[in-house]
Amino acid sequence: MFPLNGTMQDQHTPAADMAPSLEDLLVAVGRERDRQAFGVLFAHFAPRLKTYLRRLGCESGAVEELVQEVMLLVWRRAETYDPIHASAGTWVFTIARNKRIDVLRREQRPEIDPDDPALVPEPDEPADRRIEAKESSGRLRAALKELPPEQAELLRMAYFEDKPHSVISAEHGIPLGTVKSRLRLAMERLRRSLKDVG
Amino acid sequence: MNRPSHHPGDTLLIDYAGGALCEGASLAVATHMAFCPACRHAVTEMEAIGGALLDDLEPEPLSEGCLEALMARLDHERPAPCRPAAKPSVERSRYPEPLRSYLRGRLDRDGRLGEGGWRFLQPGMRSLDLLSGPNGTTRLIRMKGGAGVPRHTHGGIELTVVLEGGFSDEFGSFEPGDIAIGDPSLVHRPVSDPEGCLCLATTIGGLRLTGPLGRWFNRFVKRF
Repeated sequence: MFPLNGTMQDQHTPAADMAPSLEDLLVAVGRERDRQAFGVLFAHFAPRLKTYLRRLGCESGAVEELVQEVMLLVWRRAETYDPIHASAGTWVFTIARNKRIDVLRREQRPEIDPDDPALVPEPDEPADRRIEAKESSGRLRAALKELPPEQAELLRMAYFEDKPHSVISAEHGIPLGTVKSRLRLAMERLRRSLKDVG
Repeated sequence: MNRPSHHPGDTLLIDYAGGALCEGASLAVATHMAFCPACRHAVTEMEAIGGALLDDLEPEPLSEGCLEALMARLDHERPAPCRPAAKPSVERSRYPEPLRSYLRGRLDRDGRLGEGGWRFLQPGMRSLDLLSGPNGTTRLIRMKGGAGVPRHTHGGIELTVVLEGGFSDEFGSFEPGDIAIGDPSLVHRPVSDPEGCLCLATTIGGLRLTGPLGRWFNRFVKRF
């Protein structure tokens, strides 16, 4: 359904404007079981998932199988993907995170159920707060590149080492207060980029 | 319903969003989130950061044939798009997910907690184990009105989420949805509100008592 050449075009070339976004591709997989779109998503995400899962301790002999498992979940669950709520990268991240907790740590991942009537509801919010997950993800990536190195470094550890910040503090000999303040400062900057419309 | 005023804070929420917290601590944070739209929103932002960090990772090429192998597996998938499994009719329960799943089999038809399985901790205080692992335990704690825990500190980290009623300590009063975080730097003596208190408590590492009742109480705590 998309004018694809079978390869993922570089998103930074002018031609990329014509190419479907990762979000479009994921929606196409969900709606139409579009295998060509799935192939493009695989070409983008699978090599990154391989790096992610290895950093989180997956043995090299098992990592490609686990990448396949994650991508299989992407295929199966694509129908539930909503581009308003999350960019494709964010959605794939949450699937990979939960799968590696299940497989590598053999634990459950307790999560809220967004449809649970027992959930305390949000206060009424302006409708425009929830749009453009895709656009804000571009700003977020730019803001990540601008983070001071010591903040970016801690953020990566927090996401890729499977250790809570208290353990990171102890193992790396960085005082807990420093770890917390760096992570908070990083969050402050990144939040600003998410809110910065236009 | 009032929204909580005691939150996990950004660093603990990042641990949760990144998947670094153990199951028991994640259950406590997620239970707070069921009460707290602001922290739900914060976790959504932190998951977006996870997505951006994933996108920025150095790609590592897969072996040849990996995509083909996966495509072949897709042939065995059902041809029609898999619909998400129909949700079981929502059980009547005053407890939100994900906690409700951990209470399966312990709730009566009206969604109330049964009386079975509770253990005596001290007068006015009982506990019900939900999860226990090598690093810690997660349990429900029920305190009668006015009951207090001996003054104590924490060898590790203790996350307590109020489900019903409330308690107060030196740091404030805690109501449904509020999360209290105890760590080795904190010494406190929580006392339950007059109507009593039901909490979800996850302890990672040890809990050390410092008051006069401490040594007696420590013997119980060690068994958890």
